[in-house]
Amino acid sequence: MEAYLWAFVVGGLICVIGQILMDVFKYTPAHTMAILVVSGSILSGLGLYEPLIDFAGAGATVPITSFGNSLVHGAMAEAESTGILGILTGIFEVTSAGISAAIIFAFLGALLFKPKG
Amino acid sequence: MSNKVKKNLTPVQQEYYDFAKQREPKRPVFSNCVRAFLVGGGICLLGQLISDFFLWNFDFTEKTAGNPTVAILIIISVLLTALGVYDHIAQWAGAGTAVPVTGFANTMASAAIEHRTEGFVLGVGGKMFKLAGPVIAFGVFSAFVVALIKTVITMLGGL
Repeated sequence: MEAYLWAFVVGGLICVIGQILMDVFKYTPAHTMAILVVSGSILSGLGLYEPLIDFAGAGATVPITSFGNSLVHGAMAEAESTGILGILTGIFEVTSAGISAAIIFAFLGALLFKPKG
Repeated sequence: MSNKVKKNLTPVQQEYYDFAKQREPKRPVFSNCVRAFLVGGGICLLGQLISDFFLWNFDFTEKTAGNPTVAILIIISVLLTALGVYDHIAQWAGAGTAVPVTGFANTMASAAIEHRTEGFVLGVGGKMFKLAGPVIAFGVFSAFVVALIKTVITMLGGL
């Protein structure tokens, strides 16, 4: 039960950071998302994101910050097993599911639906 | 940022800039943050529920359950976008719907659907990444730099 509470609180707080970036610092949503992704990969590099996932579960894996974290993780895992070129081959290893699903279903959506006014 | 813009303006333009700034509606930052917190938290809570569902009913571990969870959230988000519902939620929730992975799927689906009148290759295929592109580009590049630094440090014997 506690896991759900922390998922809610931590996920909500990350969204509040996004809202503050948009409202107070007047960034566009695209800038905000880019900033969050980059912070995710930096936190991952410092080894701080993994503990957050252990603590908050989906609260840390669902926000876009986890995209940066997963990219770093895929790259690092592959680099450890195959050397420095592994960074290139492994970077999409973990995020593949998310990106492919988004591309495939967005495409299907465009096939099946017309824009709503 | 605003100071840099202001420096290049003539006095009249500066006056207008201040005037426009005064008339700009104040953003209700606090209530926006509360909404973002509630909706964003709710989406993550839903993610936790889906992930637990996969953990309990199928052969997934805590790490591998993330993939199907993200896929399900993306399907839900694309469906809601296509039906025109997601925009209404997003208008109320602001960053609460933009920051979770559902927002990423929403930007792709809405761009794909919106540009379908321009044809499937140039419209759907080409414009799909119009909004999601920055996230992927900056994410991949920053991850590349971080992974490179970490790998070099490990190769040099670690910290």
